[in-house]
Amino acid sequence: MCDQTFMAITFGPCDNCSTTSPLMNIYIKNEPTNYCSFCVEMMACQGLLKGETLASLKNESESLKKKLEEERAKLHDVELHQVAEKIEVVSALSIKTRRVLKGHGNKVLCMDWCKDKRRLVSSSQDGKVIVWDGFTLNKEHAVPMPCTWVMACAYAPSGCAIACGGLDNKCSVYPLSLDKNENLAAKKKSVAMHTNYLSGCTFTNSDMQILTSSGDGTCALWDVESGQLLQSFHGHTADVLSLDLAPSETGNTFVSGGCDKKANVWDMRSGQNVQSFETHESDINCCRLYDLRADREVAVYQKDSIIFGVSSLDFSLSGRLLFGGYNDYTINIWDVLKGNRVSMLFGHENRVSTVKVSPDGTSVCSASWDNTLRVSRALGMPWLLVLYSLT
Amino acid sequence: MTKIPSVVTGADIVQWMMKNLAIEDPAEAMHIGSLIAAQGYFFPISDHVLSLKDDSTFYRFQAPYFWPSNCWEPENTDYAIYLCKRTMQNKTRLELADYEAENLARLQRAFARKWEFIFMQAEAQVKIDRKKDKTERKILDSQERAFWDVHRPVPGCVNTTEMDIRKCRRIKNPHRSVYGLVEEGTQSHSPIHTPSHRCRKGTKEDVEKEILFLNTQLDRHCMKMSKVAESLISYTEQYMEYDPFVTPPEPSNPWTSDDCTFWDLEASKEPSQQRVKKWGFSLEEALKDPAGQELFLKFLESEFSSENLRFWLAVQDMKRRPLHEVAERAQEIWAEFLAEGAPSSINLDSHSYERTSQNLKDPGRYSYEDAQDHIYKLMKSDSYTRFLRSNAYQDLLMARKKPETEQGRRTSLEKFTRSVKTSVLAKLPFF
Repeated sequence: MCDQTFMAITFGPCDNCSTTSPLMNIYIKNEPTNYCSFCVEMMACQGLLKGETLASLKNESESLKKKLEEERAKLHDVELHQVAEKIEVVSALSIKTRRVLKGHGNKVLCMDWCKDKRRLVSSSQDGKVIVWDGFTLNKEHAVPMPCTWVMACAYAPSGCAIACGGLDNKCSVYPLSLDKNENLAAKKKSVAMHTNYLSGCTFTNSDMQILTSSGDGTCALWDVESGQLLQSFHGHTADVLSLDLAPSETGNTFVSGGCDKKANVWDMRSGQNVQSFETHESDINCCRLYDLRADREVAVYQKDSIIFGVSSLDFSLSGRLLFGGYNDYTINIWDVLKGNRVSMLFGHENRVSTVKVSPDGTSVCSASWDNTLRVSRALGMPWLLVLYSLT
Repeated sequence: MTKIPSVVTGADIVQWMMKNLAIEDPAEAMHIGSLIAAQGYFFPISDHVLSLKDDSTFYRFQAPYFWPSNCWEPENTDYAIYLCKRTMQNKTRLELADYEAENLARLQRAFARKWEFIFMQAEAQVKIDRKKDKTERKILDSQERAFWDVHRPVPGCVNTTEMDIRKCRRIKNPHRSVYGLVEEGTQSHSPIHTPSHRCRKGTKEDVEKEILFLNTQLDRHCMKMSKVAESLISYTEQYMEYDPFVTPPEPSNPWTSDDCTFWDLEASKEPSQQRVKKWGFSLEEALKDPAGQELFLKFLESEFSSENLRFWLAVQDMKRRPLHEVAERAQEIWAEFLAEGAPSSINLDSHSYERTSQNLKDPGRYSYEDAQDHIYKLMKSDSYTRFLRSNAYQDLLMARKKPETEQGRRTSLEKFTRSVKTSVLAKLPFF
């Protein structure tokens, strides 16, 4: 399989100031150089000294954008769905809800699977975070949060802790105890601090690092033990609403989506924005697929009859199917390659807030504003995993 | 033809939707129609329940003034005026429902001091209404009622005006009265309506950075669409048999059968042929599975290059540690794998070695990135390909492994008879 075509990250002395640090590989007048992030900032400011006006800079930026668009278009020799015509249709799925998890007193805003494929954590507007054994419907833990609208929650890879946050602008980690009587809230550890609401959080492949996204327009990587900020990611010009890690264990990137209509791909080690995808105001209610190697959009998933926005997306294990949770209370399942809708799931009585496929792909869980979660299953590409949707 | 003004049947609406939104299934049209009704864009003329029926029930379209897209957030004073107005008119069709009567009572208590003002407004509106044409009044009344059905829904119905709080925070919604009232007192702003976070205007630095970014993107080597498509297709084809939504898992999907055998098998140390096959997809897949990782390590041991994998795993582990443990671990790794005379010395090119030793002067989580990358590529291109051709792997893949117990018994029996022979023969004088 192809290696990722990101900038190779180097670590060592900066070409400008000689301090050892993670280096950004940039091109200055077509010459490749390695600058530390501080020197990059300084260089950006030097443009001011040259007496260039904002207008002339903007012109330069616009012409570069056009040139980039032209270059990319040259490689667009065929459409994905055209090439996909030769492969077999995915057999009609009969998907049934197998579990309905009731217990939240208000809208369920977020959920995450445990690596054991059966447990999951969910958070709600009512300020509660519940850990369930989805298989037995057993509620194993219930943690009351000090704020309402707990918009993000995540399960640690070891299964021994959960993280959550929302309107409190923080992300807190709770170790899960086997002792049912133990007060989990007392063991709370405040890890992340943002200046606006927490919109998303996820552990990296370790219990010791958490990645967060916030309404303050930034994402950040934190050391859980000390609460120290390891890396911050600046670039979005509006609220960041979601994030997702690259699925590879050798990968070091993640993607974030913001209200500035951009999906940015970041290198976790340097904080550098390595790729960016933008969408347009007029494009609503559809999902778009971007390939990182082609650096452009390769498919759009939409239908005239879908007039409500998408809130959440996830791929099936092979990447052939795409599950989308919509504000019209349904889940639409798309054939990623051919571009058509394969199936629709009804059942929720209010909008779907989160959709996640279980770690081994055996089921998909949907969380909804109708206060429930549903686990459904069927009777039967890491470099493409940038996905964007607009609500 | 009906005498009722400005109505359309539910069936007509469903038909229209199927035709204009390319919907094949009437159930889907009903679903969307019901949602549009719930939002308040059309409503049944005879009751409060905002949904769509595919029959001859009559519906009316909402006036644009009352559309939800105008982002009304009507205050309770407006609602109080409305309910009050209803009680003033002697018409059975305007009689308050139970929940409305309850709401009115509650509002009377809450607005006790303002009630005179509210009453006056209601009276004024009733007076104006009386002057209107009868039919027009009927239509307007129904539209006004549908508006309140959306913003003060019947208990048990979904409140479609509920907004995602993240959206609330971004939208600056002026609180304006549906009835155009300007109150003397200040409007109460809810604590969540903090000033919206507008996009930052681009400063010169921002544009400079953008130019840098764009230049870098221009120099990026990108793949052609046709190649991308082929790659995506081959990836999904390869993994389809492992995707439970496409290929039912053996023996069954635990969520369907309530039987966890599938999960037990996946976790077992005796991997199935299917699992073993996956290890051949990429080095990453082999390492992801603990059984695969173990087999690969054994293979490397047989080739005397296990230090490569051990180094790689050690660095992965170091990166997963809490920050305060990293520096120490980094030094330990150096001592074990890279220092002069290290017990598990790995082979790095001089450039990477230099760089890494520089990094170790101020050890951090990424001190070994170069080295790790180098070693991984080495394992991938060299050892991994040999591993896939090795007997150990091929035997498992082809399930050629002879039953362990039978073989075990045979060899131990052989050993036993041999040893008996030797000892017996040794005792005989002439051997």
